[in-house]
Amino acid sequence: MKKYSDLEYLKLSKWKRFLYKIASFFASIPAGIVNGLRKIGLFFKNLGLSIANFFKDLVMTFVHGTWPTKVSYVIMGFGNVARGQILRGLLFFVFEVVFIIYMVTTGSYWLSMLPSLGVTGPHEEYNAILDTYITVYGDNSFKILLYGVLTIFFIIAFVYTWYTNIKQNRISEQILKSGKRLKSGKDDLRSLVDDQFHRTLLALPMTGIVIFTVMPIVFMILVAFTNYDGTHDGYKNNLFSWVGLDNFNTMLSMGEGGSRSYAATFGEVLTWTLIWAFFATFTNYFLGMLVAMMINKKGIHFKKGFRTILVMTIAIPQFISLLYVSKMFSRNGIVNGMLLDIQWISEALPFWEEATWARVMVILVNIWIGIPYLMLIATGILMNIPQDLYESAKIDGANAWKQYTKITLPYMLFITGPYLLTSFTGNMNNFNVIYLLTTGGPTNPSAWSGATAVGYTDLLVTWLFKMTTGAESSYYMASVVGILIFVVVAVISLIVYGLLPSVKNEEDFQ
Amino acid sequence: MAKNTLNSGKRHMGIRAANALSNTAIYIILIIISIIWLIPFVCIVLQSFRVESTYQVGYVVPKQWGWDNYAKLLTSDFKQWYINTFVTALVTAALQTVIVLCMSYTLSRFRFKLRKPLMQFMLVLGMFPGMLTMIILYRVLKDLGLTQANAVPGLILVYIASSGMGYYVSKGFFDTIPKSLDEAARVDGATRAQVLYKIILPLAKPIVIYTILTAFMGPWGDYVFAKYVSMGTSSGMNVAVGMFGWLSQDQINSSYTMFCAGGVVVAIPVTILFLCLQKYYVEGVTGGAVKG
Repeated sequence: MKKYSDLEYLKLSKWKRFLYKIASFFASIPAGIVNGLRKIGLFFKNLGLSIANFFKDLVMTFVHGTWPTKVSYVIMGFGNVARGQILRGLLFFVFEVVFIIYMVTTGSYWLSMLPSLGVTGPHEEYNAILDTYITVYGDNSFKILLYGVLTIFFIIAFVYTWYTNIKQNRISEQILKSGKRLKSGKDDLRSLVDDQFHRTLLALPMTGIVIFTVMPIVFMILVAFTNYDGTHDGYKNNLFSWVGLDNFNTMLSMGEGGSRSYAATFGEVLTWTLIWAFFATFTNYFLGMLVAMMINKKGIHFKKGFRTILVMTIAIPQFISLLYVSKMFSRNGIVNGMLLDIQWISEALPFWEEATWARVMVILVNIWIGIPYLMLIATGILMNIPQDLYESAKIDGANAWKQYTKITLPYMLFITGPYLLTSFTGNMNNFNVIYLLTTGGPTNPSAWSGATAVGYTDLLVTWLFKMTTGAESSYYMASVVGILIFVVVAVISLIVYGLLPSVKNEEDFQ
Repeated sequence: MAKNTLNSGKRHMGIRAANALSNTAIYIILIIISIIWLIPFVCIVLQSFRVESTYQVGYVVPKQWGWDNYAKLLTSDFKQWYINTFVTALVTAALQTVIVLCMSYTLSRFRFKLRKPLMQFMLVLGMFPGMLTMIILYRVLKDLGLTQANAVPGLILVYIASSGMGYYVSKGFFDTIPKSLDEAARVDGATRAQVLYKIILPLAKPIVIYTILTAFMGPWGDYVFAKYVSMGTSSGMNVAVGMFGWLSQDQINSSYTMFCAGGVVVAIPVTILFLCLQKYYVEGVTGGAVKG
């Protein structure tokens, strides 16, 4: 594509400028993708380098180290104790002991079972005392997978700690060689509220995130490669086992002989998810901005009153407002009742019963829910736009529309670029609005996904939710959908981040 | 000269008239918008006082007024749900605020080696749908005995454990507090911890209140996680899960007006709290969006 210089660009007619902008947007997508790929390549290169460094350090420290350092390779913390850092040494040592005890007692079992996810399932066994067959439960696939993952995490943590222990030995040797004093246990404790304060502060939040977010996500990614579902719950019914890429094949392959496939359903749901996210984001964005500008206009009174009325939808828990609105528009609801009463319609309108009606309705109700947020955000930003910009625009004879498109809109878009992206991806996963309004309905008879019914307003997340609570509970398929959601969100984010004009330097704000 | 003055005078009048006209138009639009925004809430309040029938009807103003629906709430499980939600919200608000502030303050103020990777990692983590983790968390909580009747502690654990991920807004706020303040205090011999307690926290009052407010309001509206954890046991439900049941196909005819009454009882305290602290909420929302 031909790139214009600034001067050439200014010579273009309005229409051509617009086309040029669109063309350059699409032309920059490949570059964005290449850029992303290059970053990934760079990441792996750095990873390789640091692994190489890791081993080099290990060997060099051992070769050049004094004897306490050499002992520390086997007994962690020995070097610290030998040099008088009792507290650190003890912590290292205790960690090593705990790790070894864990691995010997249970860790090795979980690890050894991980490749098979359990051998003996529940079975009947003859019981001599009761003189009958009773069900005996064998291995527990769920626990094997869970504790297997935990054990791997623990091993990684151990290797890291072991490496830290050796690194500390090396650093201590250097410090002693240069004739300085080592930190005592008291110094260590004091540094936890001073120059190491960030570790203290991050300890609790990060523990929570690792245990309750990282581990479950790793676990669920692994589940996508198993056949874990309601009938293979891993303990009481059947064990579950690894199935490789089968689930992804099922999800992405076309149905055979004209039967509906997961792929077709996935395509439909994904399309609607994207359409929904687009409309939900941009209707709110522009209408919210419009409302904010109206309220902020000079000469309008009761600014505070109008704002307060609007933010009621933020204040009132969504399940009340959304559920109530959903019932207002139902077949026997107030709206239909009133319209019938004044005889504008002769039979109830199918607000939630027909695909197009329902889809338009969720977008409209979302406007009702979403405008207040945007109104608040836009109000804050609009007040920051320097007023003299408008003054000089007025003197130059710009009308309100010109002022809007040339000043307000560019300013808003520039500042809220990242927000637009997060709100787009947030809307893709907007469970509450869809589920509380329609529960995904009306049912789409042609969409098929095992035993789970799919509706016309189902987003990928609500579909995922239904998969996990339905009769069949196909957790593995839910995991596949979850991973695909991640892929879609990640791709969109990468592209948009590459294109955003305001990929800002964080430090600029401080 | 004279002609010119006349002309500009005319134009001036024209602008004024146009302004008055556009202001009137804006008032009309704003009033219509306000009415649309309020209608559902007015309806729900009116319906909660309807005693002649308990099912959905096609009119708004009750024919017979009374407190029956509210009285019925007291005898139903609603009381338990309300207490559950309130306790959850209170504890979550306290603990989540501490965690979020620790996280955001650290990421805003300290420069350590893993800071950037950590933030990128959490960004990627946030791209997974949170619901996915619920399947396993449910099984784990069940093994720990923290589901169904004991859903409240389980739910609190789930809410606060991952709350560190939501640090963006308050980090944006901390970024705006000048670093020179920290440095001056450090020069005077304050430790990092003292800087936080004595200098930053007093300045960060708006964002602390914002964090408490959002953390408190979250549990009132949560449906998915609460549904998983309570798993059909009424005594462990929160208001959202419990009242969702009232609108199900087989209960709606007997519980619709009760739902309205319950909605009012839930909404009033939360709304009042919100409106009182609106100022801080606006500051948080605006700051968060601007800094991304």
